[in-house]
Amino acid sequence: MGKLVALTGNIALATAMRQINPDVCAAYPITPSTQVIEQFSEYVADGLVDTELIAAESEHSAMSACIGAAAAGGRVMTATSSQGLAYMWEMLYIAAGMRFPVILACVNRALSAPINIHGDHSDSMGARDSGWIQIYAENAQEAYDNLIQAVRIGEQMDVRLPVMCCMDGFTTSHAIDTLELLDDKTVRDFIGEYKATHPLLDVEHPVTYGALDLQDYFMEHKRAQAEAMKNSRKVIVDIAKEYKKISGRGSIYFEEYYMDDAEVVMVIMNSAAGTVKTVIDAMRARGEKVGLLKPRIFRPFPYNELADALSNVKAVAIMDRADSVGAEGGPLFMEFKSALYGRKNQPMMINKIYGLGGRDLMLNDIEEIYKELREIKNTGKIKALSEYITVRGEEAAYGKA
Amino acid sequence: MVKLKDLIQKKPIMEGGHRMCLGCGAPILVNLILRASDAPVVLSNATGCLEVASTIFPYTAWNAPWIHSAFENAAATISGIESMYRALKKKGKIDKKINFVAFGGDGGTYDIGFQSLSGALERGHRFVYVCYDNGAYMNTGVQRSSATPFGAATTTSPAGVVIPGKLQKRKDLTKIVAAHNIPYVAQASPHNWLDLAKKAEKAFSVDGPAFLNVISPCPPGWKSEAKDTIGLCKIAVDTCFWPLYEVENGKYTINYKPKEKLPIETWLKPQGRFRHLFKPENAKLLKQIQEDIDKEWESLQKLAAL
Repeated sequence: MGKLVALTGNIALATAMRQINPDVCAAYPITPSTQVIEQFSEYVADGLVDTELIAAESEHSAMSACIGAAAAGGRVMTATSSQGLAYMWEMLYIAAGMRFPVILACVNRALSAPINIHGDHSDSMGARDSGWIQIYAENAQEAYDNLIQAVRIGEQMDVRLPVMCCMDGFTTSHAIDTLELLDDKTVRDFIGEYKATHPLLDVEHPVTYGALDLQDYFMEHKRAQAEAMKNSRKVIVDIAKEYKKISGRGSIYFEEYYMDDAEVVMVIMNSAAGTVKTVIDAMRARGEKVGLLKPRIFRPFPYNELADALSNVKAVAIMDRADSVGAEGGPLFMEFKSALYGRKNQPMMINKIYGLGGRDLMLNDIEEIYKELREIKNTGKIKALSEYITVRGEEAAYGKA
Repeated sequence: MVKLKDLIQKKPIMEGGHRMCLGCGAPILVNLILRASDAPVVLSNATGCLEVASTIFPYTAWNAPWIHSAFENAAATISGIESMYRALKKKGKIDKKINFVAFGGDGGTYDIGFQSLSGALERGHRFVYVCYDNGAYMNTGVQRSSATPFGAATTTSPAGVVIPGKLQKRKDLTKIVAAHNIPYVAQASPHNWLDLAKKAEKAFSVDGPAFLNVISPCPPGWKSEAKDTIGLCKIAVDTCFWPLYEVENGKYTINYKPKEKLPIETWLKPQGRFRHLFKPENAKLLKQIQEDIDKEWESLQKLAAL
């Protein structure tokens, strides 16, 4: 058994970083992830880690420095949120394309405009095509566990991809939660030594990174990257199992809550899943067959496993805490539609856009959705395929309500 | 102290067979600077001519570890490399001295990479930043930059019927970099190989950031003859368009004072990008260019006298 502590999500992440003890950390502060780097800076100042800390002048430079440091040959980490992740966007693709296992703690926050500092998933969803592995966490415990596993997943030789570990801004990052920590030695033994491949600092064996790659080779390199992402599927499973052995915790691709006999199901990621569990407990006590499917891994998207998990379900609400404006529903909804395409036992599906800019999803909101799902199950009719919920009308948008 | 016979015996870091244009200043100054290094080098290169023409996969012209990641971040990238070096040195995983060099054109240095450069200078990483300043975005087809001289015609500041080329003066980047109070800043030219090599040697010797701003003719952009590249560098210095000077721990030193300052027309005339300035109606522009250069030369001499 590890040590039971009460920490905010941010401090839990900083603690994991201290135990991982990366060679270089380059970051730029941004709410709500600032505390991760502040706390880590204290560990550096107090000599609790060996890390060279680069207090960069922007997120773009922070990720650029991470790329340089990773190419030089060592373990590299950073943390950011929202605009910071957006500002890194160009470099996210480059970190992935160059196959550097950089680890990024993403404390999810809405993207401007309008400016807002609270949690939604528009930042990391915007980076979903960047080639990073993405892992999502419901609470501080999962965020801590994911960050430690991310090191192993990204560094696996047939993967060598960057990993983004996401948790909700404020709800998880700033709230104090109880979690169990592994001891430092267990973490260090689990992650092991970093194995550099073709490091720039090996001056005896010069290598060129970032060559101009034209029509005759570009596709092969992109395909190799896609293959690496495919390879990560097995690695994610293996590492999760191995981690469970040392910690006793964790799901693999997703968590199932009362899914065995569930007829109507909600699919939701990160902190709001905790609220859904509370509602399920109450509804189950009344004998209602409701369930929850909480994706943990979003990239690579475990489409077969998720589709299998829904194969006996009648009606599903896919909950998106981000929109893909102009598309038919949010990003998670589109992934599920695609995962279920061509399957025999497709459940009926609806999509709700909720919680943008940190708006709470309340217990009764969730219960209403389960009621709607039951109605869909009984009648076979869908009223609205995708809609915003817990939202006022046009008057409010202009400040009149 | 650098000696020609030592320099030429070193194997070039940037090997032949690359696709830089005939008469390009960049490979000349790159190899001269790298030959002056007292230790193996690791290089970071901003997007630009030097990058695209030297590493067309699966080929590379570089005999040293080299990375290009994006346009605006050569300085941030090298700062990550240098930090990893310090981290691994601290852990005893590496012991030899390595010099870190970032290359960027004026686009990647004066403009889009300016913030990244400023940040890395302020953080004090031990690296040498080399700007090969050819005065426009040459890689993408000669668009104006903040280093483009006043009056020059580029594809985004064309000499038209109403507007006679670029109407803004150059950004004085060398002095802006000097204002970061880093140990070593210099302006140099490849025609004066000894001065450039000495400056590179000094840049490599300091324990912190160093910056070399080196003029780099571009025949397609300047509309000049490839054979005139080195000659144009010399004229740029003799007209005081591009004074050779250095700033060591804040102290300005002019390294070369022309016995007789040549009129700026000597430099402008052989370059097609300035052709329109010689029309009678643009005489006042020529006069203004000369006045500006005189003023700047005077102000530099005052700084050096401090």
